[in-house]
Amino acid sequence: MTFALPAIFAILTLAGAVAALVLRNLVHCALSLVFAFAGLGGVYISLGAQFAGLAQVLVYAGGVAILIVFAVLLVRERDEKQDHTTIRWGNLLSGIAVSTLVFIALARCILSSTGLHNAAPTAPVAEIREIGTMMMSVDILPLEIIGVLLTASMLGAVIIALKEARR
Amino acid sequence: MTPVQIADQIFVLIDHWLIDQCPTIFQPIVAAILPVVVILGLFPALFAFTTVLERKGLGRIQNRMGPNRTGPLGLLQPVADGIKSLTKEDTVPRAADKIVNFLAPVVLVIIVFLTFAVVPVGRNMVLANLDSGVLYFFAVGAATELAVFMAGWSSRNKYALLGAMRAVAQMISYEVPLLLSATCAVMIAGALSTTTIVEQQARYTGIWPHWYVFTPWGFGAFILFMIAALAESNRSPFDLPEGESEIIAGYLIEYSGFKFALFFLGEYLGMFAISGMGITLFLGGWSAPFSFLTWIPSYLWFFAKLFAIIAVFIWIRGTLPRLRTDQLMNFAWKFMLPMSLIVLVDTGLWRWLTPGAARWTITSLVVIIPYIVLGRAAGSGKIEKRSYRYAT
Amino acid sequence: MTLDILLLVSAALFTLGLASSLLRRNAILVLVGIELMLNAANLNFIAFWRFSAHPEAFTGILFVLFSIALAAAEAAVGLALIISIHRFYKTSNVDRIDRMKG
Repeated sequence: MTFALPAIFAILTLAGAVAALVLRNLVHCALSLVFAFAGLGGVYISLGAQFAGLAQVLVYAGGVAILIVFAVLLVRERDEKQDHTTIRWGNLLSGIAVSTLVFIALARCILSSTGLHNAAPTAPVAEIREIGTMMMSVDILPLEIIGVLLTASMLGAVIIALKEARR
Repeated sequence: MTPVQIADQIFVLIDHWLIDQCPTIFQPIVAAILPVVVILGLFPALFAFTTVLERKGLGRIQNRMGPNRTGPLGLLQPVADGIKSLTKEDTVPRAADKIVNFLAPVVLVIIVFLTFAVVPVGRNMVLANLDSGVLYFFAVGAATELAVFMAGWSSRNKYALLGAMRAVAQMISYEVPLLLSATCAVMIAGALSTTTIVEQQARYTGIWPHWYVFTPWGFGAFILFMIAALAESNRSPFDLPEGESEIIAGYLIEYSGFKFALFFLGEYLGMFAISGMGITLFLGGWSAPFSFLTWIPSYLWFFAKLFAIIAVFIWIRGTLPRLRTDQLMNFAWKFMLPMSLIVLVDTGLWRWLTPGAARWTITSLVVIIPYIVLGRAAGSGKIEKRSYRYAT
Repeated sequence: MTLDILLLVSAALFTLGLASSLLRRNAILVLVGIELMLNAANLNFIAFWRFSAHPEAFTGILFVLFSIALAAAEAAVGLALIISIHRFYKTSNVDRIDRMKG
């Protein structure tokens, strides 16, 4: 059971990511991305990090995915058929080659490292109270910086997307 | 156990007895499935009863009788509605996206049922006692917006898409005051688990309960939570995305028959779920309002409070006119968001000051004065006295 | 569930995100690829936290929380940029956005 549950969610995540890569229709890509994010949240929860998993579902699947969907709707071309963009075969091959090389490099590093095949130690219990205490005492500086960053990015996004005033 | 305790825990005892009847191999599966079956049966039955209640109630508010043909007092109307929606033709537009069109009501109903898992309907009667129940509720509930968008987009209809975008914009705007006011209750209770929050409120000083709604910050947070809950479930006066006279059911235009019934079910169940969460966070869950009334079973109190809130929602639907999109966005961002931030600060003040009369007055003033100031400032101009002209 | 399987899943997710950023011609899908890469890094953090010798230090979880917040902010700004560019170029195909003027 400890193997099956993260494995199921991991397969769901990878399937969603492959669908987001391959599908032609933009909204279908965005919706399969929701599956990828939700699957990843499931992986986190089944590994014992409940707060991170629920935050992932809340922020990514409930926020970023909707943002992407809205952007897809606002940025549509006049002609519906333009969503199906073609790519030159030379670019396609080189892109696939680069991605495959990156994956092979990472996989070689992972598989040749020692000490990674151990079974899992006992699951730590991630108490939310302790996470909160740590966030407010040890990690208070990143918390404040994230607050400032979120405010700045919100203001920046609004200013960038505002239409210019007509003269 | 005393008879009062037996009456209170009767469903838990029946549940344990049924599990003991099964062979040992099946016991974990039955223990997991039995409460789910109860939820799947109970809340749609409640939905059927609420549809009759709503139509009769709205009819009486509008000075007419509601449905009274089917069965005594029209109580068999949901049966008639169910038969109608099952036998209607299921039309799918030719240009529609078939997979997404099919998945939208399914996703909506699944997600709404998932959110019922953390609402405690009685003492020891919660499906999943998660450590972070409140966060789970809002994380899963945020995905209903996706179902609404899927419904609107898959119909390939301009009006459906417009309704869906308006609905999603409304839902994401009102999610922020919803989460902030829920955080107030979580702050004082000290835990994200719904059972802990209810147990903190189930205490009494004298005869008065420790419900959070009876404190100044709790009252403000409760009102904000309920208004945001109305907006999240697309109910009047926030039902412009599915208004029948403006945009002819908005994102639901192209749905008919059973899928429309599923959307209807999902919307009402969403209303129950979020009211249940409001009862858990602010109204003390399953606890009795006075300490001499604790002999009444806990689940009866929960459903009594749920019916009271549903009655208030129906009353609001029959009384207030619909808000326009810009009016409801103004309301969300210019009134409810500052107000919920102020209530959050007020909650911190409540926690920090020493208990006594001074705490009550200071926290009440911190809620009331910004409410008056924001209420006046957010109004767009003066409201003139209406002048009537008669044909003379 | 051993650590190397989780790291392989994370590497695969990273590669899929990289492929989406490199191969797709729509600007929004490039951003989707970046989000997938960030998610793969988050999975790495959680995997290492779970299998670490001192799991009671919640550094992995806290890092992932901050990373989620950061990625959401970056997605918002990136999408605002794409919408603003679309207003001028009337297209979101990265092959056609090829001038610095404007």
